[in-house]
Amino acid sequence: MELVTIILSGILIASATYLILSKSVLRIIIGVSILSHGVHLMILTMGQLKRGNVPVLDDSVSSYSDPLPQALILTAIVISFALTAYSLVLLLRNYKELGTDNTEDMKGVPHDD
Amino acid sequence: MTTNILPMLPIILPFLAGVIMLFLGKRPMPHRMISAVTSLIMVGVAAFNVYYVYVNGTMVTFIGNWSAPFGISVVYDMVAALLVLTTSIVTFFVVVYSFQSIGYERERYYYYPMVLFMITGIIGAFTTGDIFNMFVFFEVFLLASYVLITLGSRKIQLQEGFKYLVVNIVSSNFFLVGLAYLYSVTGSLNMADIHIKLSNYDGNLAIMTIVAVVFLFVFATKAGLFPLYFWMPGSYNAPPMPVIALFGALLTKVGVYAIARTYSLFFTNDVGYTHQVLLLLSLLTIIVGSIGALAYTNMKQIIIYNIMIAVGVIMVGFSMMDYAGTVGSMYYLIHDMIIKAALFLLIGFIIYRTGKNDAADLGGLIRQHPVVGWTFFIATLSLAGVPPFPGFFGKLYIVESAFDNGHAIAAILVLLSSLVVLYSVIRIFIKVFWGEPAQPIELKNIKSDKLLFSAVGLVIISAVFGLSADFLFPIFEMAAESFFDPSSYSNYLMGVE
Amino acid sequence: MKSTLKRAGYSKVQRQMNDVFIHFTSKVIFLIILLFSINLFMAGHYTPGGGFVGGLLAASAIILLLIAFDYETVRKMIPVNFHFIITLGLTLAIVAPTLLFFFGTPFFTHQHTYINVPVFGEVAVHTAMLFDAGVFLTVSGTALMIVTLVGGTDE
Repeated sequence: MELVTIILSGILIASATYLILSKSVLRIIIGVSILSHGVHLMILTMGQLKRGNVPVLDDSVSSYSDPLPQALILTAIVISFALTAYSLVLLLRNYKELGTDNTEDMKGVPHDD
Repeated sequence: MTTNILPMLPIILPFLAGVIMLFLGKRPMPHRMISAVTSLIMVGVAAFNVYYVYVNGTMVTFIGNWSAPFGISVVYDMVAALLVLTTSIVTFFVVVYSFQSIGYERERYYYYPMVLFMITGIIGAFTTGDIFNMFVFFEVFLLASYVLITLGSRKIQLQEGFKYLVVNIVSSNFFLVGLAYLYSVTGSLNMADIHIKLSNYDGNLAIMTIVAVVFLFVFATKAGLFPLYFWMPGSYNAPPMPVIALFGALLTKVGVYAIARTYSLFFTNDVGYTHQVLLLLSLLTIIVGSIGALAYTNMKQIIIYNIMIAVGVIMVGFSMMDYAGTVGSMYYLIHDMIIKAALFLLIGFIIYRTGKNDAADLGGLIRQHPVVGWTFFIATLSLAGVPPFPGFFGKLYIVESAFDNGHAIAAILVLLSSLVVLYSVIRIFIKVFWGEPAQPIELKNIKSDKLLFSAVGLVIISAVFGLSADFLFPIFEMAAESFFDPSSYSNYLMGVE
Repeated sequence: MKSTLKRAGYSKVQRQMNDVFIHFTSKVIFLIILLFSINLFMAGHYTPGGGFVGGLLAASAIILLLIAFDYETVRKMIPVNFHFIITLGLTLAIVAPTLLFFFGTPFFTHQHTYINVPVFGEVAVHTAMLFDAGVFLTVSGTALMIVTLVGGTDE
C-alpha cells in the first residue's frame, strides 16, 4: 500500500513540476496546488498507513494508527488553501494591471517609481 | 506563572494589535498609534525577557499544557531572546518611518496590521521549539510578506510579487517533504527530542544527510544563499522602502537562524559533508554578493547585494559550529539586522528627498543634509566592521575560528569581503554627498522628521551596541552555547521525563 | 461569464437568469447545508468534523445562493460584512486562548465543565469550542470574500 501511494505522490509531483514550468500563470497556480497535494500524500505515507484503528477514543480498540501525520496534513491543507486563494486573487489583479497571464510578457516591466 | 506568559507575550501582542486594527477599519491614524505603541511595548517586554533569561536560564512553556515531546513547546533561550529584542527594535523604527513614507493609500489598506502579522510569524519562528510549528510560523510571515510585497499594486510589484510567491510556495512544499522524511526517521517533531533521539541512535544515519540537503535547499531559498538567491535582487527591489528594510533586515535572517538551529541540533552525524557544503555555499554567496555590490550604482541594489555578503559571512561562522565561530556569528547576526535596516532607511530618505535611485545622478547633498551625510558615513563604517563598531567583533571571532579549523581561504575571503563592503557603500557616500551633481537636483519638499528620527536612531543603537559589546559578551556567549553545545538546548526535556 | 456566452454565439443573454426551480431549491438546500455545517462543527470535539470543515461548508452554502441568485440579491439576504466576520473570528481565536492565562495555565490549555441543558441533557462545555468558533467564522468569511472578490468583478 505504501508503494502505491508513494508512486502516486511521485506522479502528482511530476505533473506539478510540468505545470509550474509552463508559461501561463493559471497553470502555475494549478501546478502549485497539485504539488502541495503530492506532498501531503507523502507525509501521510511517511507516518505508515493502516497500522491500527481510527485514532478516536474508544474503549474496545487497542491499537490506534498515528494521528500526528493527519494533524500535520490538516494544518498544511489549511495553509495551502490560503495560499491558493491569495494567488488566485493576485492572478486576477495581475491580469487587470498587466493585461496578460503569460509570464513571458510579464518580464521587464519598467520601474515606475 | 511568569514562565507561562513571558515567552508568549511577544507572539500574542502583535497579533492582538493586528486584530484590533482590523476591527477599526480603514482609519490610518489609529493604526499608526496602535502599531507604534505595540512595538514599543514589545521592545520593553523583549528587553525584560533578555534579562530574565540571563538570570534564570531558558524559559520553556508548553502550549496547551501537553508535556514536552508530545505537545508544542515554546523554548525561549538566549538566541531567541536576542533575536526577538532586535526584531522589536527594528519593527518600532520601521513603523515610525512608515508614517511619512509609505503613503496614505497603503496605510488605509491595512499596511500596519500586515506588518504586525509578519512580526508575529517571525518571532514565532524564532521562539518555537517544534519543527512543524516553525513551518507554520514560516507560512504566517510569508503570507503577510506576500501581501506587503504586492500592496499598492504598482506594476513592478505585481510582477516581482508573483515570482516571490511561486518561489516561496515551492520551497515551503520542500520544507514539508523534509519534515516528512525527518518524521519517518525520528518519529518526533520536538527539536530537542529529535536531537536526543539522534544522538542516542547508533545505527546508520545516512538518510539524515538527505534530510540535511532538503532543509538546506528550503532555508537557503529564504536566506538567499548562493544558487538560490536569484529571486532576491529583483523581489527586494520592488516594494516601497520601509517594506524592503523589514524584508532585508528580518526575513533573510529567519532563514539563517533556521539553518543554524537545524544544523546544530539535527545534522551532526556527518559534519564532514553537510557543514562543508554549507561553508562552500556561503563562500560562493560572499563572492557573488561582492560582484553584485560592485557592479551596480543603483543604491537599493548595492545594499541588497550587501545582504547576501552578510548572510555569507554569518553562515561561515555557523558552518564551523565551534565556540568562536558561533559567538562571532551571533554578534554579526544581531549587528547586521540593525545596521541593514538603518542603511535601507537612510537610503530611503535620500531616494524620497531626491526622487532618484541611482547614486551616479546625485552629488553634493552634504550641504543640505550634513547630519544624514555623517550618519551615513558612520553606518558605512559600522557595516564594514571598523573596530569600535559591533561588526568588528563578529568578524574577528569568525575569522579566528576559520583559521583555527584550517580554512584559511574562508578566513581570507571574509576579510576581503569587508573591503568590498566598505568600498561599495563608501562609493554611495562619495557620489551622493560629495562633489557636484551632473545636473542640478530638484529636492522634493517632504516631511522628514520621522524619517530622520528612525534612521539616525537605528545608527545610534548600532553604535551603542558596538561600544558595549565587551559588556554584553556573557549574553552572547550564553546564546552561542545552544549552538556549539546543543545538549544545553535540549536540557529542558530532562526535567520533564 | 456573460461575455463568454456572447462569444459562444448566444446573442441574447438575460441580465439575470430567472429560474424558479433553482431559486426555490437553493433556498431549501441552503438551510439544510447550513444545519449540517453546524452539526459538523459541534461534532468536531470527539468525532471527525470541526471548525475548518464546518466553516467551508457554511461558505459553500452561501456560494450556492450566489450561483442561484446574483451578488446584489445575496447581499440583501445576508447583510453582513465578510470582513467583519473574519475579524470576529480572529478575535475569538486569539482571545479565547489568551484568557486562559488568568487561570495560571499555559497558552491554549483548555478548561471544560459539564452543564445540564433542558432538552439535550448533560452537555460538555469546552473553551476549545470558542477557539473553534473563531476558526469557523474566519474560514467561512475568507472563503466568501475570495469568491466575491474573484467572481464579483465580472463587468
